[in-house]
Amino acid sequence: MAEFTPESAGPDDAQKLRYYQKGTFTVGNRLVDADARTVQASEERSNALTCGHRACQGCGEALGARYALDAAMRATNGKLIAVNATGCLEVFTTPYPETSWQLPWMHSLFGNAAAVATGVAAALRVKGKKEVRVVAQGGDGGTTDIGFQCLSGMFERNDDVLYICYDNEGYMNTGVQRSSATPPAARTATTPAAGDEPGNVFGTGKFVPRIAVAHRIPYVATATVADLHDLERKVAKAMSIRGARYLQIDVPCPLGWGAASHDTIRLARLAVETGFYPIFEAEHGKVTRVRKIRKPRPVTDYLRLQKRFAHLFRDGHEDPRVTRLQAMCDANIEEYGLVGDDETSG
Amino acid sequence: MLKQIEGSKAMAEGIALCRPEVICAYPITPQTHIVEGLGDLVKDGSLTNCEFINVESEFAALSVAIGASAAGARAYTATASQGLLFMMEAVYNAAGLGLPIVMTLGNRAIGAPINIWNDHSDAMAVRDAGWLQLFAETNQEAVDLHIQAFRIAEELSMPVMVNVDGFILTHAVERVDIPDQDNVDAFLPSYEPVQVLDPDEPASIGAMVGPEAFTEVKYLAHYKQTQALRLITKVAGEYRTRFGRDSGGLVRTYRTQDAETIVVAMGSVCGTIKDTIDEMRDEGYPIGLVTIVSYRPFPSAALRNALAGAKDIVVVEKAISVGMGGPLAIDVDEALRNLPHAPQLHSAVAGLGGRPILKASLHRLFREAVVQPWEGTQFLDLNVRVVGREIHRSAKTRRSGPTAEALLRQLAAEERDSAEKGRL
Ligand SMILES: Cc1ncc(C[n+]2csc(CCOP(=O)(O)OP(=O)(O)O)c2C)c(N)n1
Ligand code: SF4
Ligand SMILES: [Mg+2]
Repeated sequence: MAEFTPESAGPDDAQKLRYYQKGTFTVGNRLVDADARTVQASEERSNALTCGHRACQGCGEALGARYALDAAMRATNGKLIAVNATGCLEVFTTPYPETSWQLPWMHSLFGNAAAVATGVAAALRVKGKKEVRVVAQGGDGGTTDIGFQCLSGMFERNDDVLYICYDNEGYMNTGVQRSSATPPAARTATTPAAGDEPGNVFGTGKFVPRIAVAHRIPYVATATVADLHDLERKVAKAMSIRGARYLQIDVPCPLGWGAASHDTIRLARLAVETGFYPIFEAEHGKVTRVRKIRKPRPVTDYLRLQKRFAHLFRDGHEDPRVTRLQAMCDANIEEYGLVGDDETSG
Repeated sequence: MLKQIEGSKAMAEGIALCRPEVICAYPITPQTHIVEGLGDLVKDGSLTNCEFINVESEFAALSVAIGASAAGARAYTATASQGLLFMMEAVYNAAGLGLPIVMTLGNRAIGAPINIWNDHSDAMAVRDAGWLQLFAETNQEAVDLHIQAFRIAEELSMPVMVNVDGFILTHAVERVDIPDQDNVDAFLPSYEPVQVLDPDEPASIGAMVGPEAFTEVKYLAHYKQTQALRLITKVAGEYRTRFGRDSGGLVRTYRTQDAETIVVAMGSVCGTIKDTIDEMRDEGYPIGLVTIVSYRPFPSAALRNALAGAKDIVVVEKAISVGMGGPLAIDVDEALRNLPHAPQLHSAVAGLGGRPILKASLHRLFREAVVQPWEGTQFLDLNVRVVGREIHRSAKTRRSGPTAEALLRQLAAEERDSAEKGRL
């Protein structure tokens, strides 16, 4: 893997930067042009989700939310309202009477965030506050399962809402149960690692970004907390568009995945580099851009760091179902054309 | 302006006069004509500055209204029956968040068995949710109550549900006086929210509340409803002054002076009851009616005053709390409990799933209450024979099949038999 160095960067390279953080975490904002730095690098960032919240150490959801909302705040000059579904993000940010939110924020129910946001957007329109925008956000359970009808309705009407799904692949707030975003073989409290087919069943689940694309809404993207530049760029792009937009962020959950807190970013990166979690953008029903992998890593690199997959490697030998998970990654690589050197359009 | 008009259309015109800013529409009989009417008014340009949103479910309808209201807009929706249950979680949520949404409930039975006709099961299913619940007796009152509802909701920052009997009111064409816009504007100031999602003053709404404060939050909601008792009376008074009509308020009495028997009821059935009372009065029976307009908050004191002198109270209601009896009767009982010489309470359930409530049956019921009082809850005009047969039939075999279908088969068989007998 070629490593970025300041010396190797030409004058036009700022937009092409790729941050492969190889364990050193040294490739930072200060090495790039000021306007290419992250929103978080700026002292003017809004801290929309500020300190004091009660997320677990290494919570990918907290990190993703902070980056996404600060980027959205910058894109809207601070004229932003957030609607939150029930879930970890809601609970850990608002331990009554404290709140970590420094933007107008509302929690209504588990399954209605998209619809509440539609209502907010309608009110803003009728009140002539065109400059104020709305973001709805929720976990994968609140999005792909119980909130799915409201989400699809919001898409279909092309309401002016950016919906952000923080995908940690399970119902974490209630103690790690299976959702329709839980990957096959993963152990959860409702897909125990027992019996002939331990963990979550193969051939089940759904990848909602594709379903969002099928709605032909103006913008759909997946993102990862392993690439915060890309995440911020996608939020900024989403906020430059009117209409229904969907962003799904892969946010590792140390508690639910049985992973070390310090491995959150590494896991998110491995999810991308194995092809486990395809990162792409789509506009009006067409995939327009894919985040490429230079050299795919074997899925075992990703699986071995997580206790939810530990049953696949019991007693030192590999369960044949690892091959099926590898095949899943290979299929993603094939389907999205993930292997290559550069992000491409088309 | 006086109009000969369908109830739903009249309500739509009345609601439009309140200048709602966000309307969420989802079809369910018998409410549908109301949102259709509003849709027409928005599309043809008579109702401006209004977002009319076709949503994908009732759960979304009220959720969109919640978002709109929290962002400072005057929000309205309508539903009935299954739709109300489908949005149940949001019904509690809107009240808990203190959002002054107005919703029409075109009262309809709840399945199974599915039934599109009128009763009050739906309203009763949400009586504890924290909404104010007003019941209209006529389409005139239905129009007037909506105008009052926005005023009450916004003054209190609490949601108000206007109950109108499905079909009996929603689909009846009758004479209705539609108020004029200037008067409504003067009566109903524009919406000033007590809480609003505003980037200039960021606040968190809907945080989790634990045992340390949940009781107090609930107490305050209850306290507000008791305060609403006064406000509802005041608003009805102002309405009378401006529009010259008695509509709304807590309770209404009809020929209760010197009445020994007083009927208690809600909604459109009060018309039939009044006719029955007139006939019984002509025959010398000292009987009257108290109509409950405000079911939540429940007007215990007003009701106690109105019923204090009577010997017998007959509660006629279109709902059943299965396993318990008439829910309204329980509330009326509570209101009477502390009277020194509490009248005797007789509970009757009538008109379930749209069964007509006939004057002849009411005559019989009101007399029976005095001369031959029954235990528990009486089901008016219950087909005892069919019920008896079904109990017997289903006791005989384990796999007795679905009850509702068996009843229908039995009724059809009886009809066939009597037709054959007629031919012989
Ligand atoms: C209608 C309803 N059903 C169930 C719950 C319980 N519940 C609250 S949060 C939650 C899990 C949330 O999972 P997800 O949306 O994935 O968010 P996460 O906590 O994983 O971030 C569940 C099941 C609820 N609050 N409301
Ligand atoms: S359980 Fe997971 S998602 Fe929830 S706060 Fe902890 S790390 Fe974050
Ligand atoms: Mg989750």
